[in-house]
Amino acid sequence: MAFLLLRRLVQTALIMLGVAAITFLLLYALPADPARMIAGRSATAQTVANIRRELGLDQPLLVQFWSYLQGLVQGDLGRSYAQKTDVGTLIAARLPATLILMAAGIFVEVLLGVFLGVVAAIRRGGFVDRLVMMASFVGVSAPQFVAALLLLYVFAVTLAWFPMSGFGSFAHVVLPALTLGILGAGWYARMVRSAMIDVLNQDYVRTARAKGLSSFRIIFRHALPNALLPVIAMIGIDIGQFMSGVVVVEAVYGWPGIGQLAWQAIQQVDIPIIMGVTLVSALAIVLGNLLADLVAPLIDPRIRAR
Amino acid sequence: MQVLKSMFRQPAALFGLVVVALVVMLAVAAPLVAPYSPDEQMFDGLTLEGAPLPPSAQFLLGTDTLGRDLFSRLLYGARTSLVIGLVANGVAVSIGLMIGILSGYMRGLIGSALMRFTDLMMAFPALLLAIVLAALLRPSLWIVAMVIALVNWVQVARIVYTETRGLVERDFILAERSLGAGHGRILFHHILPHLVPTAIVWGTLGIATTVLLEATLSFLGIGVQPPTPSWGNIIFESQSYFQAAPWLVFIPGAVILLTALSFNLVGDALRDILDPTQRGRG
Repeated sequence: MAFLLLRRLVQTALIMLGVAAITFLLLYALPADPARMIAGRSATAQTVANIRRELGLDQPLLVQFWSYLQGLVQGDLGRSYAQKTDVGTLIAARLPATLILMAAGIFVEVLLGVFLGVVAAIRRGGFVDRLVMMASFVGVSAPQFVAALLLLYVFAVTLAWFPMSGFGSFAHVVLPALTLGILGAGWYARMVRSAMIDVLNQDYVRTARAKGLSSFRIIFRHALPNALLPVIAMIGIDIGQFMSGVVVVEAVYGWPGIGQLAWQAIQQVDIPIIMGVTLVSALAIVLGNLLADLVAPLIDPRIRAR
Repeated sequence: MQVLKSMFRQPAALFGLVVVALVVMLAVAAPLVAPYSPDEQMFDGLTLEGAPLPPSAQFLLGTDTLGRDLFSRLLYGARTSLVIGLVANGVAVSIGLMIGILSGYMRGLIGSALMRFTDLMMAFPALLLAIVLAALLRPSLWIVAMVIALVNWVQVARIVYTETRGLVERDFILAERSLGAGHGRILFHHILPHLVPTAIVWGTLGIATTVLLEATLSFLGIGVQPPTPSWGNIIFESQSYFQAAPWLVFIPGAVILLTALSFNLVGDALRDILDPTQRGRG
């Protein structure tokens, strides 16, 4: 177990190194002249040369990569072209808002997905099952920005139950979290349904039934915990999908998180910010997967035994 | 033929098939069907105050903020979306097949290096990576397609890798190898044919993902650039106006949803038909 853990940690570190290599290439090696992009259009040749020397862009590529890595480890994500500030500071200031939104979104997604999945599994083949499966397909096929605009139109513009955009109160988080949660719930519903059907067919469930336990107790106490394991792994994998959704949802609802930061950076072709957000998201994805791997054996003793 | 017959028996798959066929036909026949040119800014396409017109007999789905006919723009937008869907996804499935087969078949350094690279690509959030690439490369139709392909091959590679690993262990490959077959023969005559169903299923399901990603990129302003109509940039151009003219956002939105849903339904049905062990799952 300890060996396995160590291996996973090393793997995680290597993947992050690879991620850093790719972001470095996209940031410094691909653009024709990063120094000119930082200096802006009206800069003199002298300014550009100064910036080039300051950033070490006149050094060999490997030396540049090494100092880029050193910076990353210390939380230095480079400087924004347009805002002339530290990307790390900009992201750190906006991270809490995004974390709140993600927590709320994942909460809605998992709760709704597990509930629908269980209901569909119990009513397997019936009308409710087919309805849930169809709805999950629609959720998976819906463009997030359209769903976001639709919720905004119905609940903020027409009914005025929630604010149009912004940040600061519980009412502000409802619509963005619902947008992320409702659409994502489809995957969870399908997975929980399939896991529940497997579990419900097992002998120990039949034994529980034979003992005369109530269906409620069998489903929620005996069957569901065993069907939840893939959900844990799914949350880890899902963070990537989620980070993509966050950009769109934050842009539509004016939520002041890193997604909105990235969206504003797109308008100004401010690549260091987009890159910084990508890097932070990649870190979140890798850590999410690692966390899912670490939590799984705590929940399921069968994995511990392996 | 057998596949089509099975599809006709499932109402959901049949629905998907009909919608896909309809969208493809309308896209191909766009110049014949469209009542106006998609770029024509019509004087009577706006109210006297300069606002877009809601759906009417003259403009079936209304007009946009520049007085262009929404229905015509959607028809031409279908061409953009489908071309990107086919090209981007075709390239993605090809790359995925190639990398998946090679990493599954070749043990040792090359195989594991390819697989680690795939793992690495999975650590990137697809949309953000696409945004970075699109921002760096200044989008055109083909660039957008390539960006989407570069982001979307990963999943296919993973699945093909797993299947290839399974196939390589099977006895008929061992038999073939002991008969003296070379790598090329084993790969192209024995492994590749087994992967055709996977390629077909992902070739279909992937179009849904691609259409959604293209729409999202265009919605963020870094996909297909106006005036070329695409379903995403039609919404992008009128999103700030959506309170006054909701049809400009929700009609294209419904079209995107319906198209993605249909490709998903057809792909899912194909998976059931081509791989009975997966029936009723995921």
